[in-house]
Amino acid sequence: MKLLVCISKAPDTTSKIEFTDNDTKFNESGVQYIVNPYDEWYALVRALELKEQNGGSVTTITVGTATDDSIIRKALAIGADNAVRIDSEAGDAYYTAFQIAEYAKSNGFDIVITGKETINYNGSQVGGMIAELLDQPFISLATNLEMDGTTATINIEMVGGVEVVELDTPFVVSAAKGMAEQRIPNMRGIMAARTKPLEVLPAAPCDALVSFEAYELPPAKSDCKYVDPENMAELVDLLHNEAKVI
Amino acid sequence: MSVLVYINTLNGKIAKNAMEAVQYGSKIGATTVVTNGAIGESELATLGNAGASKVLVNRVLTSNDPAQTTRLIKAAAESVSANTIVFSQDITGKAVAPRVSAALKAGLASGAIALPDADGTVKVNVFSGKAFGKVKINSAIKVIALTPNSVGVEEESGVASVEEFSADLGNASYTVKEVKKQEGDILLPEAELVVSAGRGLKGPENWGIVEDLAESLGAATACSRPVADIGWRPHHEHVGQTGVAIRPNLYIAAGISGAIQHLAGVNGSKVIVVINTDPEAPFFKAADYGIVGDAFEVLPKLTAEIQKLKAQN
Ligand SMILES: Cc1cc2nc3c(=O)[nH]c(=O)nc-3n(C[C@H](O)[C@H](O)[C@H](O)COP(=O)(O)OP(=O)(O)OC[C@H]3O[C@@H](n4cnc5c(N)ncnc54)[C@H](O)[C@@H]3O)c2cc1C
Repeated sequence: MKLLVCISKAPDTTSKIEFTDNDTKFNESGVQYIVNPYDEWYALVRALELKEQNGGSVTTITVGTATDDSIIRKALAIGADNAVRIDSEAGDAYYTAFQIAEYAKSNGFDIVITGKETINYNGSQVGGMIAELLDQPFISLATNLEMDGTTATINIEMVGGVEVVELDTPFVVSAAKGMAEQRIPNMRGIMAARTKPLEVLPAAPCDALVSFEAYELPPAKSDCKYVDPENMAELVDLLHNEAKVI
Repeated sequence: MSVLVYINTLNGKIAKNAMEAVQYGSKIGATTVVTNGAIGESELATLGNAGASKVLVNRVLTSNDPAQTTRLIKAAAESVSANTIVFSQDITGKAVAPRVSAALKAGLASGAIALPDADGTVKVNVFSGKAFGKVKINSAIKVIALTPNSVGVEEESGVASVEEFSADLGNASYTVKEVKKQEGDILLPEAELVVSAGRGLKGPENWGIVEDLAESLGAATACSRPVADIGWRPHHEHVGQTGVAIRPNLYIAAGISGAIQHLAGVNGSKVIVVINTDPEAPFFKAADYGIVGDAFEVLPKLTAEIQKLKAQN
């Protein structure tokens, strides 16, 4: 079974979110990058488990520059066999999906797995776009994925519940919470990751469809109004008559 | 401007976030709605109340299949020469909007929280709600996925014409083996009122007081990440940066410290109430109303007062 896992970097969850250049750029100074949690905890780990059960290989793919190599090595340390980096500044979701789809087309994978979304852009876009570009089924927000030969049984989060579906490979799936449990890389994994292959390929020509023109921070919260724990009538009154939310 | 709005009506009703998407579309241009499922014609015509002039309904497609839904939307977009396509950024929107975007090579602004500006840019949520971005869509056709609960619905009175709509749907992507319905009928991502609790509740057996408050308000329940991780509550209740991001009118948090990753998913809430024994808990900095107190005592008292209010009205 050949598995391709899409790995993106994301700022550490405790990063201070600030913008520079007239609020047009994310201020990266002092920011630590991590593997996007959905990609690492759910997509990558489930791919590794499937390989352990069924044999095969796990390749990671990242669209990014050489500064992304450290997060790619982290994915290799957790257990991926090899990595591919499409050498390019990240464009929009379509640009990213296009690069991954081009690579997947020429290398033939049984399953392409992405995380549900990145924690910086929250688009939930790349997986569905790859599927459309590959003309393959797309399973969005999978919470469980079992393989039996080439047939997959997948639980999908649905409006108001869970849908259990069955399909054959190849397909594209985005992984949500429930798919797997986070794995902490051990020393052996970290050592092995240093020598695992990381192939750097040029990007294919593609125009981005959207661009981020500017950013802004939410307005500061006004001060918290404290209410006596013995006086919930006052709280209800404030919520009803002042805030008007109940 | 011709606007096409896709709404999911497969569970037999027109959800609030669907009405929001339709009204959002109608403020951009003449709006046609495309949907599939078994809702009757007279009910679909009420989408006129949210500003739709026409509804195209496909009775053949009865699953959430993203590839087939994409073909349906593509055919509808062609038939009305849509230059803007609107989705709700709900579970279906996340599955289908990117496919439609790639199929039409039409740029997608996902997580929109406001109408496009005069210059056409769309304000969206980024950094898990810690900031907003202004997205410019460079293609002729624009796709926008609207965050639930970010624009209100002011009902007008209007009647939409309803037409049956057929399209070449192609093959199904998968077979549906089973559908498991979630208990409780208030869905967290679109709930207006949310009662949430964290590790301060000490164990799953104590959630009765959380559920009682939620029930008195007609609110959905949510929780912090560790609570879902240790299995006290189901995963779909986990809110925050790595869980569900929500924007209710009221978020009540009991026994939650307010870690930065938790705040990321909830700070779009209009009003936040924090109940915590620790006056130094970081959550108070993000709160509108704070109660320094024991959730085990405060929650039942609050529930009793809410019940009094409800009895008066
Ligand atoms: C990469 C990453 C992603 C993360 N994503 C998320 C996320 O999406 N969502 C999320 O929630 N967390 C997330 N976390 C975890 C987050 O950092 C916190 O650990 C978590 O939110 C803490 O949960 P808690 O507030 O329930 O528990 P605690 O931090 O243990 O807080 C419990 C609180 O309850 C109070 N308390 C105790 N007893 C009572 C009582 N009787 N009455 C009232 N109050 C009481 C305490 O004073 C304390 O403030 C993430 C962490 C990382 C590293």
